[in-house]
Amino acid sequence: MTLIKTKIGRRSFIRTSTLASGGLVLGFNWLASCKNKTEEEILAMPKEWFEMNSYLKIGDNGVVTITTPNPEFGQNIRTSMPMIVAEELGVDWKNVIVEQAPYHAEKYGMQFTGGSRGIMTRWEPLRMAGASARHVLIAAAAQAWQVPANEITTEDGMLYHKATEKSAGYGEMASAAAQITIPEDITLKDVKDFKIIGTSHKNVDAKSIITGEPMFGMDYQKEGMLIAMIVHPPAFGMTLKSMDAEAAKAMSGIKDVVAIKSFKDDYEKGGFDVNAFPEIVAVVGNSTWEVLQAKKKLNVEWQPFDSYTETINGFRGKQTRNVPSGLESSNSHEAKMAELAAKPGKIVRTDGNPKAAFKNAAKIIERSYSAPFLAHNCMEPLNAFAHVEGDKAQIAAPVQIPSLILPTLASSLGISAENIAMEMPRMGGGFGRKAYAHYVVEAAMISQKVKAPVKLVYTREDDMTNGIYRPSYHATYRAALDENNNLTALHVKAGGVPESPLFANRFPAGAIDNYMAEEWAIDSNITIGAFRAPRSNFMAGAEQSFLDEIAEASGKDPIQFRLDLLNRAKENPVGERNDYDAERYAGVLELLREKSDWSATPTNINRGISAYFCHNSYAAHVLDIRMDDGKPVVEKVVCAIDCGIVVNPDAAINMAEGAITDGIGNAFFGELPFIDGMPQKTNFHEYQMIRINDAPKEIEVHFVENEIPPTGMGEPPFPPIFGAVANALYKATGQRHYQQPFVTEKQIVG
Amino acid sequence: MAKFNLNINGKERELDVDPTTPMLWVLRDHIKLVGTKYGCGIAQCGACTVHLDGNAVRSCQLPISSVGDKEITTIEGLSEKGDHPVQQAWLEVDVPQCGYCQAGQIMTASALLEKNPNPSDEEIETAMNGNICRCGTYTRIKKAVKIAANSINA
Ligand code: FES
Ligand code: FES
Repeated sequence: MTLIKTKIGRRSFIRTSTLASGGLVLGFNWLASCKNKTEEEILAMPKEWFEMNSYLKIGDNGVVTITTPNPEFGQNIRTSMPMIVAEELGVDWKNVIVEQAPYHAEKYGMQFTGGSRGIMTRWEPLRMAGASARHVLIAAAAQAWQVPANEITTEDGMLYHKATEKSAGYGEMASAAAQITIPEDITLKDVKDFKIIGTSHKNVDAKSIITGEPMFGMDYQKEGMLIAMIVHPPAFGMTLKSMDAEAAKAMSGIKDVVAIKSFKDDYEKGGFDVNAFPEIVAVVGNSTWEVLQAKKKLNVEWQPFDSYTETINGFRGKQTRNVPSGLESSNSHEAKMAELAAKPGKIVRTDGNPKAAFKNAAKIIERSYSAPFLAHNCMEPLNAFAHVEGDKAQIAAPVQIPSLILPTLASSLGISAENIAMEMPRMGGGFGRKAYAHYVVEAAMISQKVKAPVKLVYTREDDMTNGIYRPSYHATYRAALDENNNLTALHVKAGGVPESPLFANRFPAGAIDNYMAEEWAIDSNITIGAFRAPRSNFMAGAEQSFLDEIAEASGKDPIQFRLDLLNRAKENPVGERNDYDAERYAGVLELLREKSDWSATPTNINRGISAYFCHNSYAAHVLDIRMDDGKPVVEKVVCAIDCGIVVNPDAAINMAEGAITDGIGNAFFGELPFIDGMPQKTNFHEYQMIRINDAPKEIEVHFVENEIPPTGMGEPPFPPIFGAVANALYKATGQRHYQQPFVTEKQIVG
Repeated sequence: MAKFNLNINGKERELDVDPTTPMLWVLRDHIKLVGTKYGCGIAQCGACTVHLDGNAVRSCQLPISSVGDKEITTIEGLSEKGDHPVQQAWLEVDVPQCGYCQAGQIMTASALLEKNPNPSDEEIETAMNGNICRCGTYTRIKKAVKIAANSINA
């Protein structure tokens, strides 16, 4: 059992009101969540609710409402977070209703969905929420029965006192429990006693999803709501010059055409205040179709903007960003990247004497890897509802980090942050893109200008060509081998447009005596940001392809080669800043070797292996490719993951399957090239997404079983898939693949 | 603007809209049935799939003027209680991640099974290939289609 201080989460335990009697006023979300329940279950709704803490309410009949704090975008935290609360509370999952929290920093802290941090950061507070409620329920029963609290046991929402044969449901004690002070220390369950955590529970929203209930930001409706759409420059590096909106305004159903500048000129931006175009235009009207027609009638002139420098006050403190002027093209990016890759970069880490090791090498292998910009392409295009009335604003939008857009909204609207209420509907995918919520500011500014509730909807084209993209990257690896083909030195130099993807302290750093890591970057006005496992999603592919090649050159089995390096890192690590646990890393590889039956490759199958550590978790894949008439077919992927305790196994498997499939899609086809600042793909007829026929025929996911508190799950299985694809393609075609995407006309496979 | 009488999910609806308006926006903006999703607007993603007299069609490409008296079924009308065999199979396999594409996936799959209650893997892939899922739930989709086929044939 673990004793923890409730103080850590004190702020999350604010009770909004002490409810001696009288129910709570229930919001829209509560009603929506009721629809998941059968009629009998709805009839069984309590007459009164009692608030135990910000995360949970107990009804007089024992039904429990658990508030899930973070926004959902498909990782199924609306199920797994409440599961954690329910576990410690000790209730029957069937009696649980899930409610989505609105944005409320005081109650819920950082409601951040991203960086695979959801379950990891909520693990303790959510357990505490359940355990402290259980504690006050027991205290209430002890008082009522006049027995010592430590003689009371609980199970499935019931309280028992064995000696006196007394029992009561949580609902019966909820009223008294709500009056009892939460103690300073709380005892949590022993991991071994978990009944809910570690057992698969179905997605609480599945029924709503498969019946088409309104739940996404895109589905938001309000009486009198207008539709707004944007018109933005055709090329990065441009902004509004002038517009003639007469013809557009004269179209049927059109209310207004307005120019929008999302950020005030003197506003100090945070790390997620990214926006490609300083000023854009919005068309506002009664219906989507009418606005779409009017967009075409708008005459806008755009002009290139001048270069500028801005200060960003983000997670890494204040940083300066140079935004050059000009219209950029992928060709010139590639040429510049090759040029910088050939020059010395900024040295970030050196171990031993790499220079000497390379000088004395019997053999040097040098390879360069590159990858293009990628668009997020969430299936739900960007959208936001806003209603600004005087000094108040109501927002409902798919956002990953509501807390970070709030100050921007307040600044741009000129109203105080306390007067902005924000709901966080389900996101139809996020993948990092919905962390950059400029579209919410746009919607709010439009609403303020037209004085009406407005839903801003991006078309697919707007979404794809007004992106905050995955940067374009480049990495050069060099390895020194001695005459016995032992790896004696490794040198990595990585960079990109406009940031470096390097993680200097990750494996194989720490496993090689002589090591050097360098980086460089090229300024750009093409906006970039987080994309499922930022930077890792490139580095994993490059590093794991290179290690595969070195293993081959050393005449070693690729899994054994990695395990030998990890063994070195474990036994006698080089340097002190290595940010991975060599034992856990080796653990996933060993599990994978066993589960994939690595030594017995099936006939006609070409296997690639790859592993990576990121977002505090370890993931490794064996990917099987069969060539069918020159076309690679992924027959099977076997995956091993160590993310600590797995809260909801089948949901975690679903996410791993998704990461694998998404990764194969991006590795095969993903790219967004630019010419003269213009994205060369605008919709799915040009941007190739993975479809069902290219998806793996079979995926198997295995978890390392341990009792370590849970770490990231949404991102870790994604990066290593790029290496697994490259290494399997090599086996299948005899050619190494260095440039992403791998399956294009440029790089004919086979 | 023009007047139309539509049959949507078994109900008569009278509307006065621009005759070029695609059914996708008629459903979402005018009738407030938002289960049918916008994903691309150019017949590439399948998020907007509905049934027109039982056939899976892309509602983003279907002007209201071309519907006539054909019956339109949307995800909201696929079954009364959300218990169509395809919906049940989707629950059994717990297919969705974000869920945005799933209405379209289910409408495509249910139209497929209506015509071909016993599809091969290849036939499933061919029928479902027009529906993109960025979350990558394809292996589950295939499994669920097979389970639904089995329950229809049972
Ligand atoms: S929205 Fe109709 S096919 Fe994509
Ligand atoms: S479940 Fe998210 S796009 Fe399919």
